[in-house]
Amino acid sequence: MTSAITQARLWYLQRISAMLLALCVLVHLAVMIYAVRGGLSAAEILGRTRGNWFFGGFYAVFVLACAVHVPIGLATIAAEWLGWRGRSAGMAAILCGGLIAGMGLRAVYGVVA
Amino acid sequence: MATVPEMKTDLAVNVWRGNSERGGFTTFAVPRHDSQTVLDVVTHIQRYLDPTLSYRYACRVGMCGSCAMTVNGKARWTCRTSVAKVAADGQLEIAPLDNLPVIKDLATDMSGFFDKWARAKGQFKGPLTRHDDFAQVAPASKERLAANAGIECIGCGICYASCDVVTWRADFLGPAALNRAWTLVNDVRDTQQPERLNAVAGDAGCHVCHTQGSCAERCPKQIAPTAGIAGLKRLTARAAMRGEL
Repeated sequence: MTSAITQARLWYLQRISAMLLALCVLVHLAVMIYAVRGGLSAAEILGRTRGNWFFGGFYAVFVLACAVHVPIGLATIAAEWLGWRGRSAGMAAILCGGLIAGMGLRAVYGVVA
Repeated sequence: MATVPEMKTDLAVNVWRGNSERGGFTTFAVPRHDSQTVLDVVTHIQRYLDPTLSYRYACRVGMCGSCAMTVNGKARWTCRTSVAKVAADGQLEIAPLDNLPVIKDLATDMSGFFDKWARAKGQFKGPLTRHDDFAQVAPASKERLAANAGIECIGCGICYASCDVVTWRADFLGPAALNRAWTLVNDVRDTQQPERLNAVAGDAGCHVCHTQGSCAERCPKQIAPTAGIAGLKRLTARAAMRGEL
């Protein structure tokens, strides 16, 4: 796979994940504003999220979109601001993506299961 | 002997002297005139104040693209920039274009800039010879209209000097070369389309553009290289997803 193909595919993935994120952020904000009217306790939150697999599915998509979008952007910032390019920068970006996916999915599992 | 035209008040003009490695600004007092352009100011300095000042110009009317410089921090055609518009307070700072090596004073080395046009497959290659009939391109076709939008570029380098991505990534092809590639991508006669898409993709090509838009904002011909770059991103991404790149 040439660099041109990789870059073109990464750009495409970042664009698709950005579209998903735009939608997810809007839904997330709307639900949050709706849910906290008149205050909200941890017990109430868990009462709504436990066993709610639709909620779990939505946030799993949200987390995965972040895990794709963020590392691609971080690699660009590393290249342009720090001059950090190449394999080590790519590996660091993949590691960030893995970390976001791992921590995010664990959090989703924690409030749904 | 040439006589200095009648003066009103003086302009304080800081001019870059030196090259990329060494240099600094020198201040000159230049008489103010009605309808004076920044190129008139530079020419006055060279003719009457310091004949060793180096700069480049040819047509003086916005056709050749050779007199672009950084005027009060922004890349401009000096021949089409009125002093009244940019130096309301009587101060001018004139420097060579950014992102290009400086040969001397205000003259930059544009060879790297044009090498990138070549790298972006900026050459037209058609299937016909002089013995064939003219190719017919419908003036209202989608491709012809897209090419028209970028075809008036005269290669002055203003977009290139204004692009932060070029500053950050020295190998980035830049807005002008990509705009040229986009006009050829839309030339239905051209026979190098797959090679061109390959040349403009990747981390020196269209995909690193952030669509910040300084190129489109500063282009004296009102071309939007960002529009062409967006088109190249779409085409190359589509080709990459199909494995055709």
